[in-house]
Amino acid sequence: MSSGWSWFIIILTLANIAGCWWLLRRYSGQRPGEPGADETMGHVWDGDLREYNQPLPLWWMMLFYLTIFFGIAYIILYPALGNYKGVLGWTQTGQYENELQQARNRYSAIYDRLAELSFDELAADEQAMGIGHRLFVINCSVCHGSDARGAPTFPNLTDADWLYGGEPDAILTSILKGRAGMMPPMGATMDDQTIDNVVQYVLSLSGKDHDSAAAAAGKPMFATCSACHGLDGRGNQSLGAPNLTDDVWLYGSDAARIREGIVNGRANRMPAHEDLLGPERSRIMAAYIYQLSHERAP
Amino acid sequence: MEKETYNDHVVRQFTLATILWGVVGMTVGVLLAAQLLWPALNFDLPWLTYSRLRPLHTNAVIFAFGGSALMGTSFYIVQRTCHVRLFSDRLAAFVFWGWQAVIVAVAITLPLGITQSKEYAEAEWPIDILITFVWVAYAVVFFGTIAKRRVGHIYVANWFYAAFIITVAVLHIFNNLVIPVGLFKSYPIYSGVVDAMVQWWYGHNAVGFFLTAGFLGMMYYFIPKQANRPVYSYRLSIVHFWALISVYMWAGPHHLHYTSLPDWAQSLGMVFSLILLAPSWGGMINGIMTLSGAWHKLRTDPILKFLIVAVSFYGMSTFEGPMMAIKTVNALSHYTDWTIGHVHSGALGWVAMVSIGSIYALLPKLFDRKEMHSVAAIDLHFWIATIGVVLYMVAMWIAGVTQGLMWRASNEDGTLSYSFIESLEATYPFYAIRLLGGALFLSGMLIMVWNSYHTIRAGSGQAAVPVMPASETT
Repeated sequence: MSSGWSWFIIILTLANIAGCWWLLRRYSGQRPGEPGADETMGHVWDGDLREYNQPLPLWWMMLFYLTIFFGIAYIILYPALGNYKGVLGWTQTGQYENELQQARNRYSAIYDRLAELSFDELAADEQAMGIGHRLFVINCSVCHGSDARGAPTFPNLTDADWLYGGEPDAILTSILKGRAGMMPPMGATMDDQTIDNVVQYVLSLSGKDHDSAAAAAGKPMFATCSACHGLDGRGNQSLGAPNLTDDVWLYGSDAARIREGIVNGRANRMPAHEDLLGPERSRIMAAYIYQLSHERAP
Repeated sequence: MEKETYNDHVVRQFTLATILWGVVGMTVGVLLAAQLLWPALNFDLPWLTYSRLRPLHTNAVIFAFGGSALMGTSFYIVQRTCHVRLFSDRLAAFVFWGWQAVIVAVAITLPLGITQSKEYAEAEWPIDILITFVWVAYAVVFFGTIAKRRVGHIYVANWFYAAFIITVAVLHIFNNLVIPVGLFKSYPIYSGVVDAMVQWWYGHNAVGFFLTAGFLGMMYYFIPKQANRPVYSYRLSIVHFWALISVYMWAGPHHLHYTSLPDWAQSLGMVFSLILLAPSWGGMINGIMTLSGAWHKLRTDPILKFLIVAVSFYGMSTFEGPMMAIKTVNALSHYTDWTIGHVHSGALGWVAMVSIGSIYALLPKLFDRKEMHSVAAIDLHFWIATIGVVLYMVAMWIAGVTQGLMWRASNEDGTLSYSFIESLEATYPFYAIRLLGGALFLSGMLIMVWNSYHTIRAGSGQAAVPVMPASETT
């Protein structure tokens, strides 16, 4: 802020505080010629509205002075007057960093020990899994559910089906960097009949009720889909393309939902947690999720 | 020449509008409180979702209920204490119908999702322009009446109304400087933290001038009138008036503690919020001490009970406010239901109760009756309303402190002890108590509707009251 604005703030602030002080001084005592405490000011409004001129209550004046003194002390000690930094040199960023450092010091023993452990060791470590569970409830359960079984469009983390891989390293990458799932919209590339046929073929892949003739007619078109989902429809974890042959359907498995996905595509996002959790806690999280689906509990 | 009379027509209109909008606004409030317990009560209709009804509730109770109460009483008081008819009947009528048009427009657009997304300033720009015209007309009528007064001194109630009218005009204009991109869409000219600061400069002074100064004006007329006692201290009026209106201006940043607002602005917000304590209490002292020597009237006059308890809630809220503005306290209370409790101890305990008391005093006069149809019903209303506010307030205190403590609690390994949903579960019982408190307050309003209806129906008409000659001593 420029020094002009800084002085503007300083002068306004001090003038307002000084004004309060002056008001108190000016009206604290009886002034010559003023009516006494039990007399009214002599004005009458609306027939019977009058005013006494009682002195300011002492306790109230003391309270007012007290807050003014406190205010002055505060703006000397803390940043308040424009560019003036305050005697204590306090900043809100400083306070935050200080508290963060204190937390690091307090908890470092725990996390230093866990940082030395492998994923398998972490998954078998009671303390690590306790931390993992608590971090999960606070950070992950909003989408994946408090039992980690997911919800429509949010993957179940307790089963054996993984979009991007269920090994600890892949899970850790998902946590640290997030994931952006993307199925391109294919509606414009096919006519309605062809889309229906492809839908029937996709249903056939996972052994659901389907129209065999339509499915057979749709099979050639699946060549396009196989670029991501694979020739056999088993998906591709390096792309996050789901396996279409199992019974896990993130967006629902009926013909209408499958058709919707083919026509409009799908976009999904797992947010990156690197900045929020930091590397040590992310590793513990990854081990916890790994343990959830692999039942490696000790 | 025909004898000059007071323009009580517009006062009657505003008084009835106050009761109507009070019932409407509080009904929406009760529905919202119920939705927090049973979310299904939005019936899957976008117009009834919490996010759209919440601003409808706040606008209805602040601007429709509170605004009508302030405009009506100010028109009544400025005529009585200036001993002169309103400056312009036609402009006064425009103020009434214009303000009602604003209210209806807001009540339609907010449920439709048309909003500026600024708290207490949600109305989109075409409505804001109408508000500006109505407000200018209001100011012209009020100050025009002051200008042609037949007494030398301006009565203290009018100082507070004057400060309210001038400041709200400034706040409204500067917080609503936007660039329209369509009839129902605009963008503010401010961005980022500047926008936030302007918003809370507006937001907190809406509390300070709309909900405090304006209603202090009401208090300064109706308490001495009802108690038939002189105002306690003229010089206390002077000191607390000037201190209040100057210091309030700075308090806004306490809504933005520990955000990207620069440190210096946060500090000033906190310091001036604390200095505000004594000036706020000046009004409470002047209101309550006016009764000294007439305390016995509290036993028999339920209208005085309303007014005095309102001032007591005012004193409590204006103590709580500065405390919550202290950064350390705010770190616990911010974003919790404690804030909602604080707001409602002010809005229900102070604003609504002082308005209700004033209307009970005013209504018989406006419809030429000695008193309300049933004084016992006023007493019943008083007790129901008081119990309602206390339940509401205490429930939200406990809920807020619980939330604040749960959010910050941490385990030995540094992880948080509770997930957000656990703090919500802990809040449910208190949401139920709050719903009960709000429902009680609303039932009190329904008693008022019944009582007012019978008072008006049995009234002998709407005789024009001749202007009282100014006393020779003024």
